[in-house]
Amino acid sequence: MIAAMATLSLNILSGYTGLISLGITFFMGIGAYTAAWLGGPHPFFPGDPVGLNLSIFIWLPAAGVVAALTGALVGPTALRLKGFYLAIVTLALVFIGLYLFKNARAITGGPQGRIFPTPSFGDLSFSSPTPVFGVLLTTNQWYFLLLTPLLALMALFVHNVMRSRAGRAFQAVRDNETGAAIIGVNLFQAKMSAFIFSSFLAGIAGALWASYPGGYAEPNTWNLILAIQFVAAMLVGGVASVWGSILGAAFVFGLPLALDTFSLIPQSTSNTGLTSGDLSAILYGLLIILFMLFEPTGVIGFIRRVTSLIQRFDERAKVKGGVKANASEPVELES
Amino acid sequence: MAYFIQLAFAGLAQGCIYALVALGFTIIFKSSGVINFAQGEFLLVGAFIASVATFEWGLNFFLAVFIALLITVLIGVLFERFALRYMIGRPAFAIIMITIGLDILLRTGVVMTGKANERPPATPYGIASGVNYGGVHFGENALWTILVTLICCVALYIFFRYTRYGLAMRAAAIDQEAALAMGVNIRLVYALAWGIAAAVATIAGIFLAINVTTFDSTLGSIALFAFPAIILGGLDSIPGAVVGGVVIGLVQLLTQGYESHIANFVGIGFDTITPYLLMIIILLVRPYGLFGTRKVERV
Repeated sequence: MIAAMATLSLNILSGYTGLISLGITFFMGIGAYTAAWLGGPHPFFPGDPVGLNLSIFIWLPAAGVVAALTGALVGPTALRLKGFYLAIVTLALVFIGLYLFKNARAITGGPQGRIFPTPSFGDLSFSSPTPVFGVLLTTNQWYFLLLTPLLALMALFVHNVMRSRAGRAFQAVRDNETGAAIIGVNLFQAKMSAFIFSSFLAGIAGALWASYPGGYAEPNTWNLILAIQFVAAMLVGGVASVWGSILGAAFVFGLPLALDTFSLIPQSTSNTGLTSGDLSAILYGLLIILFMLFEPTGVIGFIRRVTSLIQRFDERAKVKGGVKANASEPVELES
Repeated sequence: MAYFIQLAFAGLAQGCIYALVALGFTIIFKSSGVINFAQGEFLLVGAFIASVATFEWGLNFFLAVFIALLITVLIGVLFERFALRYMIGRPAFAIIMITIGLDILLRTGVVMTGKANERPPATPYGIASGVNYGGVHFGENALWTILVTLICCVALYIFFRYTRYGLAMRAAAIDQEAALAMGVNIRLVYALAWGIAAAVATIAGIFLAINVTTFDSTLGSIALFAFPAIILGGLDSIPGAVVGGVVIGLVQLLTQGYESHIANFVGIGFDTITPYLLMIIILLVRPYGLFGTRKVERV
């Protein structure tokens, strides 16, 4: 679900606004380290990374804000470029980020990594099994409880923004920059706000990603492979779609887990070194190619097409049966 | 001074590898306007097949290289024919993504064979052999890298300048429709571009693998340094790719060599980002690169 949040953030930038970014992990890292700095435990030994031990109500939004500010800082430089160039610059951003994270020892703990804060509200900790109303919930279940409303909130927010004036402007920029400029969209402003908005969500997702039980991350967590996985999730799920982001993330990041859990891979293959991660990598590599070729809008496009087909079929049946097809709800097409 | 020459020499050899990778990028971009993010995996697949062929099948080095070339070229041409052919006219993003898809497939494919860890590279000469001259060690591999890169450049130059197909490719790069009207077989041009790119990548991959002494499935990530090289030289310029590659290699190795002197200031691993910093500066000052065509776009 954290992955879904990050994918959502990427979708704002790449899916809705059409700016290709491979740099999402950079902003996730920024968010995560902000969270660690503000919410992490006080240094235990001298030389430990700093932490101010503040509450989640401060560090979670702060993670987003700092990432957004970084986005605002990087944006003007990066957004002068288009297409391939932007992709390459955001790729460079990931490497520059890795370098910074490795060297800023005071905050990131250097190459060895550091401990991240665990989400807790007062005494109520989301990171240890705690009984509630007589039911003992495991850490993962607690996390699920914490993340579901957060993700729902984000999804709703993104969904609504995309239907607002600003969101329409984003999509206009994606479809035709010159056209958008002519009808009065301020290109720079639209791109910047998409960039900042996306960075904000990426920062929050990063903070949560790092604080997931265990709460420990090395700078190398924020590498290019993770960024590409998010891009893959976006594409498999559906470009420019809230539900698509969630589905895609569930698929790309959940598949290795699912394969492990149901042990669909026969044990014998463990000798050849075929892990569930590899198998799912093959699957989504293949899926990206297939989706790009046959269904560029992803799973969500496929679902939409099927539902509209069924509806059309329904209406035809009604007409045949002599029942006048009422103006049934039009298929809800999110652009 | 000897230290400087040593670094410069190593940088030159490294730069030649980048130049070969960058050549592949540029040739594909020039002929079809596609940036192939899977270029790095051609390095990996090439080096991997060569290594497997020498050590598992006990083949002669040159035969192994030939097989590696054959397979990578085949992958390149087939991918172009069965995937990219249908992507013409789609947005840049979709095309980038489909090559990233190929990248993931190829890399995982190599991992799945289960033989990708700590592979020894295929090599006709000793990995560490070389000559010492004036306190500087000239590694045999580095010398061969430079020599073969030069040969590749000359061969490509002759191909583009004097052969029928080279002419067709240049025509298609200048104006695709006009070339079509003149009877140039564009499909052949695309296939050739991918074939050449895959072949130079394989050569680069084999040298790179010898250079790092043992390699695993992350070998292809080196291709990411070829991006700064092509930006520096200009996205659509073939000589630019070579110059850019060599410059990036030099810059990187020199920062790596002198890093310890300035470590307090820049910290560890600074050499991994100097190519990118250079690239960002170039993009801001001269976005079309040193030798690229200026593109004017009015809004």
